[in-house]
Amino acid sequence: MGASSSRDWQPQHHDHDWAVNRAGTRDIFLNTPNQAGWIERYVTDWTGPRGRLGKLRFRMRRSICTGDRLAFDGTVRTVSTDDAGNQWADVDVTLSVGEERATECVVRVALPRDDGDNPWARAGDAWTPDAPGPLDIPRT
Amino acid sequence: MTEEDVQAWVGRTAEDPPADVVCERGYILHWLEATENANPLFWDSRVADELTGGPVAPPTMLSAWMRPLQFVPGRTEKRMPLSLHFDLKNALDLPEGIVAFNEITFGVPVRPGDRIRTTQSVRAISEPKTRKLGTGRSWTIDVTYTNQRDEIVGVETYEMFSYKREPAS
Repeated sequence: MGASSSRDWQPQHHDHDWAVNRAGTRDIFLNTPNQAGWIERYVTDWTGPRGRLGKLRFRMRRSICTGDRLAFDGTVRTVSTDDAGNQWADVDVTLSVGEERATECVVRVALPRDDGDNPWARAGDAWTPDAPGPLDIPRT
Repeated sequence: MTEEDVQAWVGRTAEDPPADVVCERGYILHWLEATENANPLFWDSRVADELTGGPVAPPTMLSAWMRPLQFVPGRTEKRMPLSLHFDLKNALDLPEGIVAFNEITFGVPVRPGDRIRTTQSVRAISEPKTRKLGTGRSWTIDVTYTNQRDEIVGVETYEMFSYKREPAS
C-alpha cells in the first residue's frame, strides 16, 4: 500500500520474485516516500496539526521488508527560533527493526511559538526551513 | 566508458513536462490510509480552513505528484520518474538500484488542483564500489518541484546506489 499510495511502481516494492531474484534483496521493501510518510505521521502525531514540516533528512541503512516489525523512536535535539521568527524543533527519529537501526532521520518541524502563531501561515522570506541548525546526518 | 565520460554526467539537468496527475483528494486519502495518519489537518475541513486556508496534501507526498502515468493514449515512450537516474543506470549498465539517502525541504504547500513540474540535476557520481548487493556506483540527484504558479513546493535530494549483481558462483 505504501508503494501504491506514493505511485511508485518500481517492482522491488511489490514483486517478491523481482526483489529476491533480480534485485537481490531479502523481500519487497518499504520505498523511500512511504518511509518519509511514516516519519511525517510520527512527528505530527506529536506536534498536532499546527506542526509544519520544514525539512527531513534520512539515511536508510538496511531494507525494511515485509514481516519486519518497525519501531519508531524520537528525541528532540534542539528547539530554537530563527531570525524570521520560526520556532524549529530538530528531532532525531530512528526506525528500528529488532535491535537494528534501519533508518536514521533528522526532522525539522516548525512549532507555534504561542497560541496565536500558525507556522502554516508563513510564506516567502518568513518560511526558512534552511535556517542553520544541527541537521547533521551526512548527505554522502 | 571512461571515468571522464562518467563524470561528464555531473551537472546534467532534465526539465520534465508538467505531471500527468493533478493533486487530488482520492490519492491523499490513500496516502493517509497507507500511513495511518489521523492528522485532522487532512481529515477535517474546518481545521484545514483555519490553518491552511483550505485543503493541502501531506508534505511528504511530494514525489507522488510527479510520477508519470504508466499508460496514456498515444504516448509511445514510457516516461520514468527521476528519468536521470534511469538514464544513468542504462548508460553505465547498472540495472538495479536502491535509494540510500533522501532529503526534502518543503516550500509552499501542495493543494488539490495543483499540477507539479520538476527539474532534476546530477550533483555527484562516485567511483565504482562494491557492496553486499553488487558492484556499482552511488550518485546524487537534486529535484526541484514547482507548482503551476512557479512557486517552489519542495527541493529533494536522492542518493542512489545502482549496481550489477555478482554472477552466482
